[in-house]
Amino acid sequence: MSFTDDQIVRYSRHIVLPGVGSSGQKKINAGRALLIGAGGLGSPVAYYLAAAGVGTIGIIDDDVVDLSNLQRQILHFTADVGKSKAVSAKEKLAALNPDCRIVAYQERLTASNIWELIKDYDVVVDGTDNFGTRFLANDACVMAKKPFFHGAVLRFFGQALTVLPGEGPCYRCVFQEPPPAGTTQNCSQAGILGVLPGTIGLIQSTEVLKYFLGTGSLLVGKMLTYDALNMEFSKVEIQKNPDCPVCGVNPTILELVDYEQPVCDLKSN
Amino acid sequence: MESMKVDETLDVTTVRCPITFAKTLLKLEDMQVGQILEVFLNEGEPIQSVPRSVKNEGHKIIKVEQVAEKKYRLLIERGE
Repeated sequence: MSFTDDQIVRYSRHIVLPGVGSSGQKKINAGRALLIGAGGLGSPVAYYLAAAGVGTIGIIDDDVVDLSNLQRQILHFTADVGKSKAVSAKEKLAALNPDCRIVAYQERLTASNIWELIKDYDVVVDGTDNFGTRFLANDACVMAKKPFFHGAVLRFFGQALTVLPGEGPCYRCVFQEPPPAGTTQNCSQAGILGVLPGTIGLIQSTEVLKYFLGTGSLLVGKMLTYDALNMEFSKVEIQKNPDCPVCGVNPTILELVDYEQPVCDLKSN
Repeated sequence: MESMKVDETLDVTTVRCPITFAKTLLKLEDMQVGQILEVFLNEGEPIQSVPRSVKNEGHKIIKVEQVAEKKYRLLIERGE
């Protein structure tokens, strides 16, 4: 493909950037990313991937916008309260960059629909708000050999890890299984500094763009942790776990299951 | 006037930096190594920055000349 005059202007800062250039921009334009969740993490990821011109951006979210989301989920505006998050996201991204094909899925990610969903994408980005969906996505990505860009946030803390199946550890190598339902807190109970998912989401989207470009080094085998309160970043080396139930030597998880949804993730009102 | 053979011509006098450089780079990418690109550009930032940026990308500046009061002509040889 060759760029239109508008595209040359829109992507000029990438085209003139050594290490990206026109060939790199074309790789971004050809990229296909599936975002799981259009919430705190999904918002910044979606905005920057769309701004960069990622060719196809899929967004799956079965939730509707709540007033309490707006403190951090910057895809959604006050007038969107009550609207499907996936649809709200699609509207914003399509307005930002008409070059991108935006696909909105108003459904919950489950063991039965995940294969059909991820097959059309090159990468999967973790913007989930619960352990069950995160483990499901990790396992499916490992089995389908799709890069999985993990991110998570709570209170003042966040973390990010890039999973390249076959090359480095997966999320389950670090956290073997979801904690029992009811033993953990999510954002609604524990609270979260609104800007925090912005920081972590931007790290995830930086990783996605670098993956598409094939440049730099990724957070493979390195968990980046962020403490916003003390403004400290650190990288923790993690190893592939040979006993990992999904990517270890003798995997015991051979098919996907839906974990029981923690009570705290259910609508209480 | 010199008689160097010019393979392609580009006028970037109607756009601002860095679109000037982006368009020049994209044009060079479509050309063969050793071919000559003629670029017309404005005084100020374009003439100050485009030749240097083009050189940094491995292309060769053959000639820079003023062709009008505020307009320059640049001859670039496509590098590797």
